[in-house]
Amino acid sequence: MDWEALFLSLRLAAWTVAILLPVSVLMGRWLAYHAFRGRGLVEALVMLPLVLPPTVFGFYLLVGFGRNSPVGAFWQEYFGHQLVFTFEGLVVASVIFNLPFAIQPAQRGFEAIATEVREAASCCGMSPGRSLWKVELPLAWPGLMTAMVLTFAHTLGEFGIVLMVGGSIPGETKTIAIAIYDKVQSFDERSAGIMSAVLVATSLFTIAITFALSARVGRRLG
Amino acid sequence: MALEVMARAVAPIPLDVAFRVEPGELLALVGHSGSGKTTILRTIAGLWRPEVARVAVDGVPWLDTGAGIFLPPHRRRVGLVFQNYALFPHMTASQNVMAAMDRADPAEADRILDLVNLHGLADRKPAQLSGGQQQRVAVARALARRPQALLLDEPFSAVDRATREKLHGEIVALRAHLKMPVVLVTHDVNEAQLLADRMAVIEKGKVVREGTTAAVMADAEALRAMNIREVAVMLPATIAEHLPDGLTRLDAATGPLFLPTVEGAPGTRVRVRIMAHEVIVSRARPRGLSAQNILSGTITRIVPGAGPGVMVHMAVGAHEILARITRRAADELALEPGDTAHAILKSMSVARDHVAYTPGIAEALD
Repeated sequence: MDWEALFLSLRLAAWTVAILLPVSVLMGRWLAYHAFRGRGLVEALVMLPLVLPPTVFGFYLLVGFGRNSPVGAFWQEYFGHQLVFTFEGLVVASVIFNLPFAIQPAQRGFEAIATEVREAASCCGMSPGRSLWKVELPLAWPGLMTAMVLTFAHTLGEFGIVLMVGGSIPGETKTIAIAIYDKVQSFDERSAGIMSAVLVATSLFTIAITFALSARVGRRLG
Repeated sequence: MALEVMARAVAPIPLDVAFRVEPGELLALVGHSGSGKTTILRTIAGLWRPEVARVAVDGVPWLDTGAGIFLPPHRRRVGLVFQNYALFPHMTASQNVMAAMDRADPAEADRILDLVNLHGLADRKPAQLSGGQQQRVAVARALARRPQALLLDEPFSAVDRATREKLHGEIVALRAHLKMPVVLVTHDVNEAQLLADRMAVIEKGKVVREGTTAAVMADAEALRAMNIREVAVMLPATIAEHLPDGLTRLDAATGPLFLPTVEGAPGTRVRVRIMAHEVIVSRARPRGLSAQNILSGTITRIVPGAGPGVMVHMAVGAHEILARITRRAADELALEPGDTAHAILKSMSVARDHVAYTPGIAEALD
């Protein structure tokens, strides 16, 4: 059992969720409330990672983050090491790759709030910030929760893109999914089996918690 | 604290209106759906900004496109009751009311909920309340904002008829407590006549007629604009006694009226809506007639309508009764202004929702 790989995966998933929560609130809210030219294009771009093969996506990220790219050069300049094949690079790739899983459900969550309810909030004297905190977030919560759980679970299981952008450096970029692959390659089926079971248990646990929480939200709204 | 409104726009709805509502006054904007009346309300609230507009309360502008002033809704002291109430579903009635307060005050929320007859329901969520109760929470929430202008957008359209009658009475009673200008948007002329002091008839974004409710309702042109055949007057009366046969005797300045049961203790003051097309005009005081209500008076005016009808205006005591009859009948009876005539009204022609309770009922309820 490769505990290091499991904790790395959990750490990666936690960072991805932490970064995507505010992003999904802002982007989801923006896409839900505003009709503008090019909205279809923005939505399509957000959805792109869902349909592209992870290897294709990973390839472009590898090129985009590489030493010769502007982003890669910038990173090298400021942090003294390159972005690809590091944990930071993995986080950036994971955030981009999870955009559809985070933004889509969040957008649906905000869309479910009746326009009049938001208007009522402002007629009640609530500033946009206060309206977000007191009315919109509590009502969009089930959507945001779904977004975060999908992101978390999806990050734990992602394989192709991690391999492309991160490689398989123990303690740095070797996630549990990669570790399982390595064990299978080296005919260590027992370890692969244990790790797969742990991954199944973790995923089930996450989903069970979500269901329990959203049932509570449902009762609260009922 | 008068409310002044001026708005002009081309799209999405053509709009060209200007009006003023005094403190404590209730103005009804009456018109068909799509006439622009809700857009006017949204302009006052700040939810919509027309191309050219000015909204001011007590001389202080909330919106003045000429001067580049626009206060967003949350910076206007405005209470808006939405057509479908738009309550916050995750909050209790009390929390909904407190959400509109500058500083949440549960005791004050209870007081306002009592005012709208929601005593004991403070901890219910909107989903656990009936339509009528939700409407009352919406009114309470609007009042909790301590509004300088109270706006009601078709607030009675989503409840059943019995509840609507009850809510009408409550709004009339509540008005004794309201010092701010009130604007009611409605497509229901009966409702406007029961509740409003003044009416503005909105047609294609324009005010086609504005005036006291009585004046607008007697104006043939305004009624044509509203496509209304049901002209009526409001006659003040007092409940005298409930008779064993199911009728209620009311005393009016014009003499006794017998109507199907009107709820309320003897002494309760009401206003009865008398439909012009239900009134028969007779030269001689009729005898041997089944109709119970005969009001004698003097003809003041005879106004021809667009079709074969005329509107006979009669002074009965200090009040005016309208009768819509055919031109042929008026000619046959040779009715002229100054003549004495008798207006006859069937008891059963006054529906229950045509009786409005005057603010006097507030004391009766207390």
